[in-house]
Amino acid sequence: MTIDTTGDAPPIVPFLKRAANGLPYLAGSRCEACGHVFVGERTVCAKCAARDRMVAVRLAETGKLYDFTVVHRSFPGVKTPFVDAIVDLDDGSHIKGTLLDVDPDPKTIAFDLPVRIVYREAAPVNTGGKPYLTYFFVPA
Amino acid sequence: MSDVYIVGVDMIKFGRYPERTVPSLAAEAALMALDDAGLGIGQMQALYCGNLGQAGGMVGQRLLAEIGQTGIPVTNVANACATGATAFRDAWMSIKAGVYDVVLAVGVEQMGKGLLGGGAGVSTEGLIGSGTMPAMFAQIGMEHTRKHGTTFEQFARVSVKNHFHSTLNPKSMYRVETPLEQVMAAEMIAYPNTKLMCSVNVDGSAAAVLASEAAVKRLGLMDRAVRVRASAMSSNPFAERQLAMPDFSAATRLAAKSAYEAAGVGPDDINLVELHDCFATAEIVHYENLGLCADGDAGRMIDTGETQLGGRVPVNVSGGLLSKGHPLGATGIANIYEVATHLRGAAGERQVEGARLGMTHVVGGGPGMGTACAIHILEKV
Ligand SMILES: [Zn+2]
Repeated sequence: MTIDTTGDAPPIVPFLKRAANGLPYLAGSRCEACGHVFVGERTVCAKCAARDRMVAVRLAETGKLYDFTVVHRSFPGVKTPFVDAIVDLDDGSHIKGTLLDVDPDPKTIAFDLPVRIVYREAAPVNTGGKPYLTYFFVPA
Repeated sequence: MSDVYIVGVDMIKFGRYPERTVPSLAAEAALMALDDAGLGIGQMQALYCGNLGQAGGMVGQRLLAEIGQTGIPVTNVANACATGATAFRDAWMSIKAGVYDVVLAVGVEQMGKGLLGGGAGVSTEGLIGSGTMPAMFAQIGMEHTRKHGTTFEQFARVSVKNHFHSTLNPKSMYRVETPLEQVMAAEMIAYPNTKLMCSVNVDGSAAAVLASEAAVKRLGLMDRAVRVRASAMSSNPFAERQLAMPDFSAATRLAAKSAYEAAGVGPDDINLVELHDCFATAEIVHYENLGLCADGDAGRMIDTGETQLGGRVPVNVSGGLLSKGHPLGATGIANIYEVATHLRGAAGERQVEGARLGMTHVVGGGPGMGTACAIHILEKV
């Protein structure tokens, strides 16, 4: 795990949290009935419909690149190109994010590339430069 | 239960009408469909009106204020890109249920230019991937590449085909042929979809008059009638990666299965298809989702011209969303207009010869929302 953040920037999404010691982690839920691991907290399983069988977990921080696109046109102010990636984490959960530290050329990006999660502060396009805590994927 | 028929159907030429209002666009298509049936608003027993952009704005009632306030029940419908088809299906169900026997369904949308997607609050765009529609459908294409090796060029051929088809359709927003090199060299939006592989945001409206068999006979309209052989809908069943990438395939497969079962036909019986080509990549995956070819065979299908006008099963001979345009709430009835027009043998230059059975498909949704899919199978009477 790489943490380039020591500040108190607020997490950009609800499932990105800080532990009591300040270290970030991704919050998930595992269904004890069917075993599916979801990103984020929840109380009912969308897969098997079990109720009150969800346990809070910390998501894995390594995984493999399942799918991606290279985004060249985005909303005004967003720097392009960037790689929009879907990663299968090693705990069986699936998460979307931006893949850094690769050439944004689809011919050079391999499916199943091993990746890991890093936590960094970055300014969203619509917060007037105010930084938020976010996560990225980088090649493992 | 009575068979349900389309006795009047039409659409306005899709385009940009910023000076018009949503109800006025809806009214124009409604009157065209009524004229096509030779009926008046006074004969309609209910109205189902689809619109997304003003979903809270009572568009159906405002439409009636423009063409005649007869006091009929109005149901306003919003269901992503399936909005128009959902309004049509609600009209169909009301006749199937025996509640009414002549009803009007309208779909309408007025859209701005530019990218769709994103949402309120702190933007995650670029930091947590992309929330744009082009990126979402680019990933759907890349998933097909991962599974089946589909190439950029194969996806691009969808645009070549649909843009060519649109040159034969006077109601299409764009009517310009685009050679393969031009499609592939156009501005890259989200790989592998270039600008010429994204549907066009336009304004538009479409409408249909539906009637029970008894009403068709009573009104003497069987010579104009097209039979609705099946109306099917689905939402997204659980999909493993749904929190990361919306799934449009499983919902399409569910709705296709129930449509084929209800109609008692199979994919080989279908003579033409208007499917949801919101992006070129989407058309490829829907060949397989609708059973038009085996899984993994869609790339070959576009390469061999099977889905081109004159091919085994022409797809999107209207020009599709890619060229005709995609006014979200109108799209689902506009593709019913297209297929019905072929079944009536009235499609002019782009007529699919001998068309007897046709399918329409729309599927919509978005990141973190879910999917709505609607499929209709229509039959020549
Ligand atoms: Zn479960």
